[in-house]
Amino acid sequence: MRRFLWPSVALVLVVAYPLLFSTPFQQRLGALVLLYAIAASAWNIVGGYAGQVSVGHVVFFGCGAYAAMGAYAHFALSPLVGIPVGIVASVAIAAVVGVPTLRLSGHYFSMATIAVAELVRLIVSNTDYLGAGVGLSGPTVPRNVFDLSFISALPYYYLFLAILLLTLGLTFWMENSRMGFYLRAIRDSERAARSLGAPASRTKLQAFMLSAGLTSVAGALYAMMFGFVDPESGLGILISVKILIMAALGGAGLLFGPLVGAAILVPLEEISNNLLGGKGAGLTFVVYGAIIVLIARFQPGGILTLIHRLWARRARAQEAPVAAGASHAP
Amino acid sequence: MSTILVQVIVGGLLLGAVYALFSSGLTLVWGMMNIVNFAHGDFVMLGMYVAYVVYTLFGAGPLWGAPLAALVLATLGIVVYFALIRDIMKGPMLAQILGTFGLALLLRYSVFWWFGADFLSLPENLVGGTFEVMGLHIQASRLLAGAVALVVTLGLHLLLTRTSLGSKMLAVAEDSTAAQLMGIRPDTMQAVAWAIAAGATGLAGALIATFFYIVPTVGETLAIVAFVTVSLGGFGSVPGALVAGLLIGVIESLSAYLIGAVYKDIVVYSLFLGFLWFRPQGLMGKT
Repeated sequence: MRRFLWPSVALVLVVAYPLLFSTPFQQRLGALVLLYAIAASAWNIVGGYAGQVSVGHVVFFGCGAYAAMGAYAHFALSPLVGIPVGIVASVAIAAVVGVPTLRLSGHYFSMATIAVAELVRLIVSNTDYLGAGVGLSGPTVPRNVFDLSFISALPYYYLFLAILLLTLGLTFWMENSRMGFYLRAIRDSERAARSLGAPASRTKLQAFMLSAGLTSVAGALYAMMFGFVDPESGLGILISVKILIMAALGGAGLLFGPLVGAAILVPLEEISNNLLGGKGAGLTFVVYGAIIVLIARFQPGGILTLIHRLWARRARAQEAPVAAGASHAP
Repeated sequence: MSTILVQVIVGGLLLGAVYALFSSGLTLVWGMMNIVNFAHGDFVMLGMYVAYVVYTLFGAGPLWGAPLAALVLATLGIVVYFALIRDIMKGPMLAQILGTFGLALLLRYSVFWWFGADFLSLPENLVGGTFEVMGLHIQASRLLAGAVALVVTLGLHLLLTRTSLGSKMLAVAEDSTAAQLMGIRPDTMQAVAWAIAAGATGLAGALIATFFYIVPTVGETLAIVAFVTVSLGGFGSVPGALVAGLLIGVIESLSAYLIGAVYKDIVVYSLFLGFLWFRPQGLMGKT
């Protein structure tokens, strides 16, 4: 049961957070952490578990955001209706990009995802139906609860928490399913995995499509909370960067890695933006860049891997004297 | 063919030669070490800013700016190789992509922080103005950039195929352990490759700066152009990059002329994805 102790303590703290820290800023910050944790956990499925580094995940995020806002702006429907549309569009794009590139080395996949993200951003910026450069807005005054337009961040907090738990649950299930075993084998050595009969390309594609669909849900939630989406906030390459770096900082390929990364980086960014104002945006990304380089250079496994290793060392240090004493016994 | 169409094609070829030059840098490193430098576009951007700083401080044109940009970037290339690339090369794919991608952000936003997000440009008549040849209006800056880029790209190809340094580098690319047994230091050769690649890229940046807008995020677009060029030309191949670069320059100019400037990037990116679908090994690559 011990392995469930820390997650349940963490869960209680997360549920209680907006009641303990109840100012609007703190509640909004909490909601944003959870939102980015959803997106980063979704990225983690393909980036961490499958080891295919997507730099264009914002395209799925944007699909969700635009579908949610489009449902309201064009059909006066609840933004919720847009969620399945966004998922379908994202999974379709993932298939189109993934089928040719996942057969090739990982570099091609990363390059293709960047190109797709930029391509979609350019097309959307020039499409009047999608609001071109201005973007689409959601309901200004909520008609009913299904518009999901609240002034307080509290309802969003618990909504995001529910979706995050769902995402983590799905990831956990995948990790322990046949697919999870395939993915780990492929990540360690694709050639060996293939020779043992693991369907490498297909499994990677499945991971990519699952990840794309979940990311699109995060995008829809983001648009609902902010009430609008434009090419910069819904399709800018920097959103991909944030998602990716959160997962990598916390620990790519670990269940709770993205959550840890989001809990560190979202407050860091909000606080630095508050302190430094508009000029801070540049500096924030200088710091982001430096963090990514340092992780890649010294700790590709992320913070959680480092913590696991330190724990393991401490555990060994505690066992060592006992073992030494035993060897003297006879 | 109307004069204007010829003009568009010539303009495309001149721009394409610069594309070919900075794509050669990417293809060299990719072919030799199997590393894709995601900061490559930002190396071009830095070259542009070096040319800009040289102009604002000394009022000097590309005659000084271009060699200096090559020198600065070659130094940066060596530093990046020893500080980062040498270690992440041995790491997992995630570390390789994250490392160079993080470097891209670091460079891009350091420049953003220092110079701001404003569009800068060098004065239009810094390199001669415009002159007329056989009814074609040609900007001297574009002609200079295209001609120098063409010569340097061909020079790079000769360096790789005709000199002992080039042979040593290819030997390391082929089998670094075997090269080591022949008395070649892989570390040195790879650092040299980074210096050459980054230097050529910086030079291309300084050349393109004479007629292109200068902004910290310009590297994002140029990086994709380089990816397209390299995947079209086949990775590791400088002649491939040359042909593909010229081709992309022409395609971009033609699509800007025929369907509108906004759509030129859309055409190029779609072309890239199309190639990944149907011929990922490039035009000249082997299967």
